Amino acid sequence: MKILVPVKRVIDYNLKPRVKPDGSGIDLANTKMSMNPFDEIAVEEAIRLKEKGVATEVVAVSIGPAKAQETLRTALAMGADRAVLVETDEDIEPLAVAKILKAIAEEEGPGIVMLGKQAIDDDSNQTGQMLAALMGRPQGTFASKVEVEGDNVSVTREVDGGLETVKLSLPAIVTTDLRLNEPRYASLPNIMKAKKKPLDTKSPADYGVDCAPRLTTLKVEEPPVRQAGEMVGSVDELVAKLKEKGVVA
Amino acid sequence: MSALVLAEHDSGKLNPATLATVTAAAALGGAVHVLVAGGDDAAGVADAAAKVAGVEKVLLASDAAYAHQLAENVAPLIAGLMDSYDAFLAPATTTGKNVAPRVAAMLDVMQVSDILSVEGPKSFTRPIYAGNAIATVESSDAKLVITVRTTTFDKAAPEGGSAPVEPVSGPGEAGLSSFVSLEASASERPDLTSANVVVSGGRALKDAATFEQLITPLADKLGAAVGASRAAVDAGYISNDYQVGQTGKIVAPELYIAIGISGAIQHLAGMKDSKVIVAINKDPDAPIFQIADYGLATDLFEAVPELTGKL
Ligand SMILES: Cc1cc2nc3c(=O)[nH]c(=O)nc-3n(C[C@H](O)[C@H](O)[C@H](O)COP(=O)(O)OP(=O)(O)OC[C@H]3O[C@@H](n4cnc5c(N)ncnc54)[C@H](O)[C@@H]3O)c2cc1C
Ligand SMILES: Nc1ncnc2c1ncn2[C@@H]1O[C@H](COP(=O)(O)O)[C@@H](O)[C@H]1O
Repeated sequence: MKILVPVKRVIDYNLKPRVKPDGSGIDLANTKMSMNPFDEIAVEEAIRLKEKGVATEVVAVSIGPAKAQETLRTALAMGADRAVLVETDEDIEPLAVAKILKAIAEEEGPGIVMLGKQAIDDDSNQTGQMLAALMGRPQGTFASKVEVEGDNVSVTREVDGGLETVKLSLPAIVTTDLRLNEPRYASLPNIMKAKKKPLDTKSPADYGVDCAPRLTTLKVEEPPVRQAGEMVGSVDELVAKLKEKGVVA
Repeated sequence: MSALVLAEHDSGKLNPATLATVTAAAALGGAVHVLVAGGDDAAGVADAAAKVAGVEKVLLASDAAYAHQLAENVAPLIAGLMDSYDAFLAPATTTGKNVAPRVAAMLDVMQVSDILSVEGPKSFTRPIYAGNAIATVESSDAKLVITVRTTTFDKAAPEGGSAPVEPVSGPGEAGLSSFVSLEASASERPDLTSANVVVSGGRALKDAATFEQLITPLADKLGAAVGASRAAVDAGYISNDYQVGQTGKIVAPELYIAIGISGAIQHLAGMKDSKVIVAINKDPDAPIFQIADYGLATDLFEAVPELTGKL
C-alpha cells in the first residue's frame, strides 16, 4: 500500500508573524520557513507504517513555490521515498489544493492520504475533508491513533468530548493531530541520501485544475493588542485585586 | 438570503455552541433554519432548537446513520438540502470542522473557517497565523459555507422561539465508515468552552496527580472549568479535550487563570480574548505576563494552595 503525504511549507512555528504595515498580508521576507508541524507528524506516521510493513511506499507532495523543495527534502530525509512538487507562486486555497491532490491520488492510487489537520498559516482545517469529499472516500480527521486492519483503518480522533474511534474502509483520508506521534529528526546521512531521492516537478496546469481564488483578502490587521497589566506581590494582593474587579466573590 | 445552521448536540441535548452559530447566521440578514441530524434522541434536540429565538424552522433528520455525526453520512444530507439555502453554518467544534469542509467541497465552495464577525453579506473576519493576524475575506462563491468561532458571537436566547419542526431525510448510510467507540472524559465541571471561569495548568504541574491536587481544588472553589496547555496534555497530566490553544479549544471566560504556563503563541491563541487573565509563573520574564492583567511571579506550589485557601 502506498501512502501519499501532502506537506506544506509554512512560517516556522516558533516565530511571531509580522503583519505588513499596508495591511496586505504577512511579511514573510527573510522569515524562517519549515514544514507545517502537523505534516511532520503525517510524514512520521507514514514512515512508521512503512517500517511496520503495512505501507510499501511513501510519497510526499507539496504545492507551493520552488523553495517548497526544501520541505520535500525534509520529508525525504525523514524517510519518504520520493516527492512531487506542484510548483506555483500563487497562494493556492484549500479547495484547489484538494483538487490537485485528488488528481495526484488518482494517478498514484494510495491506500491512505495522510494530511495535517491544519496548516498553521491559514488555519483553515479543511483540505483533508475536502479531498475526502471530492474522492468519495471516508475521512479520519484529528487522528491520535491509526491502525490498519486488513481492508480497513481504525482511527482514534481527538474530539471535543474525548477520544472517538471510527472504522474506515480503505482507501481513506486521514488528518493528523498532535498526539499521534513525535516526529523524528533526520540524521545527517539521511539528509545526504535524501538529496538523491527522486523529486518530480509539476504545475497546477498539468492536473487541469483551476486555481482561481474564491476568497479575496480585503485586509490583514494586527489583532487588538492586549496591554500587560500589573504584577502583584503576593497572593493576598491578587485576591484583593480580583475582588475589586468583581471576578471572584 | 437564507441560512442553514447545523445543530451541535450530544446525549439528546442542544449544545450552546449552536446558539452562537444562530446569531452569526442571523447576521447574514435572512431566515435562519436549524438542521438537527441525529439518531433516536434527535427529536428532543429538535424541540430545543425550535425554541431558540430567531429560528424560523427546524429540519429534523432522524436516522441511525446520523447518530454519530459521521461526516461521510451527514455531509451528503446537508449538501442535498443546500438547494434551498444561500449559506451553511456550523460551529467551529470538532464536529463542525469535520463536516463543513466536506459539504463545501461537495458544493464546490471554498469554506470560510472560524469567522469572528460578519462584515457584509459575503465578507467576514477570521484569525490566521494562530490569531496573530485578523484577515477580512470576501467570498465570490454562489453559496457560503462557514464555521463560526462561537466565543465571539453572543448566544441566541434559548427560549422565546416557536419554530415548526419538519422531518427531512437524506441518502443515509454511505457505507464508508462506522462509529466504534467514544471514550468520553466524564466531568461534572462546567464545559470548558462556555465556562465563566477557567483554571488552566501547564507543564510545571509535574504529573497527573499533582495537576489534580493543585488545579482541581482551585477550580472547585471558583466553579471553574479546567484547561491545560499542550505540554500538560502531551505529558499525560490530563486528556486531550482540555487543551486550550490554536489547535485545541478556544475559550473567552470572564476569568482565566494560567498556572505554570509559559504563554507560547499557540496557547495564547486559545485564551487571549478572556476578560481578565491571571498568570502564576515563577519566571518573571515568561511571555504570559505580557498579556496578563494580574501576574504573580512566584512558585506555584506555594501560591496555588494559598490562593485556594484564601478565596
Ligand atoms: C503545531 C503546534 C500546535 C500547538 N498547539 C498548541 C495549543 O493548542 N495549545 C497549547 O497550549 N500549546 C500548543 N502548542 C505548544 C506550544 O508551542 C508550547 O509548547 C506549549 O504551550 C507549552 O506549554 P507550557 O506553557 O505548559 O510549557 P512550558 O513552555 O514548558 O512552560 C512551563 C512554564 O512553567 C513555569 N514553571 C516551572 N516551574 C514552576 C513553578 N514551580 N512555579 C511556577 N511556574 C513554574 C516555567 O517558568 C514555564 O514558563 C502547539 C505547538 C505546535 C508546534
Ligand atoms: N499547499 C499545500 N501543499 C501540500 N499540502 C497542503 C497544502 N495546503 C494544505 N496542505 C495539506 O492540508 C493540510 C491542512 O491544511 P489547511 O486545510 O490549509 O489547514 C495541511 O496540514 C497539509 O497536509
